[in-house]
Amino acid sequence: MPELLAVRDLHTQFFTRDGVVRAVDGVSFELAAGETLGLVGESGCGKTVTALSLMRLIPMPPGRIVKGAIMFDGQDVLKMDDDEVRGIRGNNIAMIFQDPMTSLNPVLTISRQISEALELHLKMDRSEARKRTIELLELVGIPSAKKRVDDYPHQFSGGMRQRVMIAMALSCNPKLILADEPTTALDVTIQAQILELLKGLAKEFRTAFILITHDLGVVAGMTQRIHVMYGGKIVEKADTGELFANPKMPYTWGLLRSIPRLDEHRKSKLLPIEGLPPDLIAPPPGCRFEPRCQYRRDICREQEPELKHIPNAKSDHEARCWGTQEGGWLVTTDWRREIGDTRVLEEIKQEVAQLPAEAVRAAEAETPPPPPTP
Amino acid sequence: MAVTPTDTEYVRTRSTATVGSGRNLLDVKALKMHFPLTQGIIFQRQVGAVRAVDGIDFFVEKGETLGLVGESGCGKSTTGRAILQLYKPTAGEVKFDNIELTTLGGEQMRRMRRRMQMIFQDPYASLNPRMTVGNIIGEPLEVHNLARGKEKTERVQELLRVVGLNPYFTNRYPHEFSGGQRQRIGVARALAVEPEFIVADEPISALDVSIQAQIINLLEELQDRFKLTYLFIAHDLSVVRHISDRVAVMYLGKIVELADRVDLYEKPLHPYSQALLSAVPIPDPAVESKRKRIILTGDVPSPVNPPSGCRFHTRCWKAQQICSEVDPEFIEHEPRHWAACHFPGA
Repeated sequence: MPELLAVRDLHTQFFTRDGVVRAVDGVSFELAAGETLGLVGESGCGKTVTALSLMRLIPMPPGRIVKGAIMFDGQDVLKMDDDEVRGIRGNNIAMIFQDPMTSLNPVLTISRQISEALELHLKMDRSEARKRTIELLELVGIPSAKKRVDDYPHQFSGGMRQRVMIAMALSCNPKLILADEPTTALDVTIQAQILELLKGLAKEFRTAFILITHDLGVVAGMTQRIHVMYGGKIVEKADTGELFANPKMPYTWGLLRSIPRLDEHRKSKLLPIEGLPPDLIAPPPGCRFEPRCQYRRDICREQEPELKHIPNAKSDHEARCWGTQEGGWLVTTDWRREIGDTRVLEEIKQEVAQLPAEAVRAAEAETPPPPPTP
Repeated sequence: MAVTPTDTEYVRTRSTATVGSGRNLLDVKALKMHFPLTQGIIFQRQVGAVRAVDGIDFFVEKGETLGLVGESGCGKSTTGRAILQLYKPTAGEVKFDNIELTTLGGEQMRRMRRRMQMIFQDPYASLNPRMTVGNIIGEPLEVHNLARGKEKTERVQELLRVVGLNPYFTNRYPHEFSGGQRQRIGVARALAVEPEFIVADEPISALDVSIQAQIINLLEELQDRFKLTYLFIAHDLSVVRHISDRVAVMYLGKIVELADRVDLYEKPLHPYSQALLSAVPIPDPAVESKRKRIILTGDVPSPVNPPSGCRFHTRCWKAQQICSEVDPEFIEHEPRHWAACHFPGA
């Protein structure tokens, strides 16, 4: 597939009174035309800053893209002058923001806001742009679009506003849409509506998508590939199926183990990741996840691991971890079997020790009970 | 399994259906909480009401966790607050340990508050930024005359230890802590008076994924240790499934379904519960690709002017004539499984 976007060694930093915040610290990835990519991580891991850097929307000062290249369709976005960037924004790359209320202008009608881009980028005249705006609103499922086109944002509900945002993003047939937590502010049933809409549109228009979210459930059903970010760096890259079936980075394990699943059959204890995300002004010298990692060894603190292909995984699966890389101590570890929390193990051992011997033998002979049938 | 309301075996009337087993810590009957909408500046007249909670019945047994789920604006937080008498309910009964709360006077209610506490959603807004952690946690001890002076300090340190914080943090201010740590402070404050019942109003939704599990585990540990009873309010169905013994689903001011955790998630009776469950994404692409979603059309109607009959009929794919005319009764269709629907089941 032809490459649409290639980000190389992107460094975005914010110069604050307390020091330099290394929000994005050497991020590289590629995206093919029509591909859907999930960028997953907790707040403050640099996923939104990465997206804003792609559009050159980093507020300067205090922010600055200090290093790297962003090749979009063969051109380096970072080398463009302001006029050229404006030609790309909204036209070739569009963005859907998290909060549709704050990202729409409250004093302009919907029609005005969507036709603005059409008139500017596609050089349509007023009536043409208005017609196209109505078509777009119908496309994203706004009922009686003809009447509602002259309404103001406050007259729409949260889900409807997000549909307006999507219509706006689609208006110029962009090649890439960046969706930054598009459903986080919405309720579950509305989230399902919006995700369904995005999925359909991505298929129909063959637009490439970068879906930024903290919700592993959302990316599981929506994307082809997933990149996990932590502390300003990509720590794992894989196919969506591969990432969930065979994750190769203790942070990803931690994320998967710490969320309760709707389809879990019995009540199992959640295994949280202890500690806090790193301070990006003074990040840990070695692996960024080392202070919270239960599998850490000395090398993790001393030297930072590279993002490398790892054994026992698909060819395009990469992770940034000393333990799971060639010759590491976690190569054969099965994360699902690992109970991880040693305190739990100790508790179980103590309980077993207190049981009478016959009970233990009887329990071992018995097969585990089948899950309750629905 | 579809059980029609005519199956008399389990069907009981509303009044007996929500009585429970007699070990109830909390009994709520026909609770209504309406907020008046007024017009005019000096002479305000009431022109309508937001029916945030509009007649709900349920009970909470001693030692259990009742999960309360629903979308934003369905009245779940209002329910929690009306139970604790932080709002004065418009109508209905709230019995805590067989004491009617709605008619209690100020001083009596204050004494009752020792037994019931609240954990709030936003750990940034619910802690006074000008008070030290020691004062925040120590205040309820003073208000209820439980400890003073050195004894109070020791008790605060003990509480900090219980929630997993360093006991020497007492002189720090809330801004020095992260979101998860602040939520622990909020939990310690709620625990200070040794309550029996805690309303946890979205206690983890403002926190990061990896921190959420820490707080959930903490709440579970504390429940075991202090024999607490929880009303756990949340919009995240996976979390509610994890923590609750029973779950109530709210829609537009009404409880539409109430059942044991497994029953509700494995065989929901109300169409809204079914849609809600099918809308939750599951972090597993293999499962996701096989799932069939029920996508509801439209938005939640306004609680100022709720639809006639069943409030869900405007978005329901099963709706018939009767649904827009008659409000379905909240009936026990199976043992300990209540639902308010004319056509319950799959």
